[in-house]
Amino acid sequence: MDWLVLSDEEWVAVRLSVKVAAVAMLCSLPLGILVAYILARGRFWGKSILNGIVHLPLILPPVVTGFLLLVTFGRRGAVGAFLYDWFGISFSFRWTGAALACAIMGFPLMVRSIRLSMEAIDQKLEEAASTLGAGPLWIFLSVTLPLALPGIVAGMILSFAKAMGEFGATITFVSNIPGETQTLASAIYTFTQIPGGDAGAMRLTLVAVAISFAALLGSEAVGRILSRDGRAS
Amino acid sequence: MTLIVEARHRFGVFQLNAAFSAEGGVTALFGRSGSGKTSLLRIIAGLARPDEGKVLFNDQVLLDTAAGAFVKPHRRRFGYVFQEARLFPHLSVRSNLLYGRRSAAAPPLAADFDRVVQMLGISQLLGRAPGVLSGGEQQRVAIGRALLSAPRLLLMDEPLAALDEERKAEILPYLERLREDAGVPIVYVSHSVAEVARLADQVVLLKDGEVASIGDPSRILSGHSISTFDRREAGSVLSGLVEDLDSEPGLVRIRLKEGHLLIPAHGLSSGKSVRVHVPERDVIIAVSEPKGLSALNVLAGSITSLEQDNDTVVITVNCGGDEIFARVTSFSAVRLGLSLGQKVYAVIKSVALER
Repeated sequence: MDWLVLSDEEWVAVRLSVKVAAVAMLCSLPLGILVAYILARGRFWGKSILNGIVHLPLILPPVVTGFLLLVTFGRRGAVGAFLYDWFGISFSFRWTGAALACAIMGFPLMVRSIRLSMEAIDQKLEEAASTLGAGPLWIFLSVTLPLALPGIVAGMILSFAKAMGEFGATITFVSNIPGETQTLASAIYTFTQIPGGDAGAMRLTLVAVAISFAALLGSEAVGRILSRDGRAS
Repeated sequence: MTLIVEARHRFGVFQLNAAFSAEGGVTALFGRSGSGKTSLLRIIAGLARPDEGKVLFNDQVLLDTAAGAFVKPHRRRFGYVFQEARLFPHLSVRSNLLYGRRSAAAPPLAADFDRVVQMLGISQLLGRAPGVLSGGEQQRVAIGRALLSAPRLLLMDEPLAALDEERKAEILPYLERLREDAGVPIVYVSHSVAEVARLADQVVLLKDGEVASIGDPSRILSGHSISTFDRREAGSVLSGLVEDLDSEPGLVRIRLKEGHLLIPAHGLSSGKSVRVHVPERDVIIAVSEPKGLSALNVLAGSITSLEQDNDTVVITVNCGGDEIFARVTSFSAVRLGLSLGQKVYAVIKSVALER
């Protein structure tokens, strides 16, 4: 069973993957909730354009998304140069770049899930809250957000899972540098490119399956707890 | 308290064009469904904005479309009880009740909380989730939630409409107590004569988006403006003082202008002023004084009008200043040979007057 033991480099890739996916999920969450709320409730010109932009990463080939990120957020890209000059933040060939790519790829899934749960909330409850003296922000925090929680949790899991499996955009944007940008997916890809790498690819595949499965079970457990909370009605 | 409302608004083919003012107590907006009652209430609350209009509360301008003034609903401090309870499903009953506390100008004291909970009989429900409550319980919690936000005015939109008769009977006494104890002015929307007769101090009768008449419940509810829209509920509304009957604890006597009615007591206490709704289809007309009847109320009077309505006749009997309406078939009217000015007896079963 020795072939099942992960090498140090492989562990690095696993840990990096989890870190990248978690950071991608958590950092995109506030924006995801905001955009979902705007799409669920807003009535403005250009709403379908915003919706289209959010969904673009789902439809575009990942390589294209990665290339666009490289052009915009690379050291010489418009946004990338600005961020580097003013804040010293660099995305290219860094794990932060991998997180950015994963966040963007998972964003449509996250927004969609949160948006659906927000659209399902009875707006009459928000109206009732306003007659009880609650202003818009407090209504959002005390009524909308808690009622959308199942969708938010589902969106977080989807975004995390997408980030764990993201390959095309990441490798295009930040390449495949062991210890810095080599995630689980790109490590598996590397194994398949070298003779005799099948065992390593299989080890990492099992890890990927285990993590994905744990995330799925975790989301179901959270869903059960939330529905037990008397939210059944 | 003075509330002044003026609103003009067009929703598709329906046009609302109504104005009224209210001073304290319970003002009922009364009319059939689609007459604009709920729209008016939503305008008062600030949940809807009319094309043109004004809402003033104690000289504070809440809405003035001409001047572009609008106060948002959460700044008006008006409690609103909707047709459906609209409790927050993610909060317990207790948290629902306390939801408005945060924004109330003077946070209600613990004593207020206990008093409201006691008045509405919801103390056993505090720890539960709203989803497991019955409709009547939910509506009582919703009323408590609105009261505990310390509103300056309470708006109630047919709070009993979604409930069956039994639940209505369960909540009505609480609403009566609310009227007497809470001291908060109420605007109450309803299409039920019985409810309005029991609760209102002033009635605003709405018809097709316009105010048909405003005034005292006995005057507005007794007339035929009502009978044209719900024949089953049409009738007269008599007001009087409650007197105890020492011999019969199950009954009380309502002293009218002249004569009296006996009705089931149901917690009515002596000295209270009440209104009794007498449905016209529950009144029997006799030309000679009847004997050997189970009905306890026999009022002598004279016929002041006879109105033909399809196959029935609506008879107005003046019993010492109180007008009682009776609806009988044309056949009966002819058989008894009823005529204007004739002396007759109006017979009403006490059970028909059960509140």
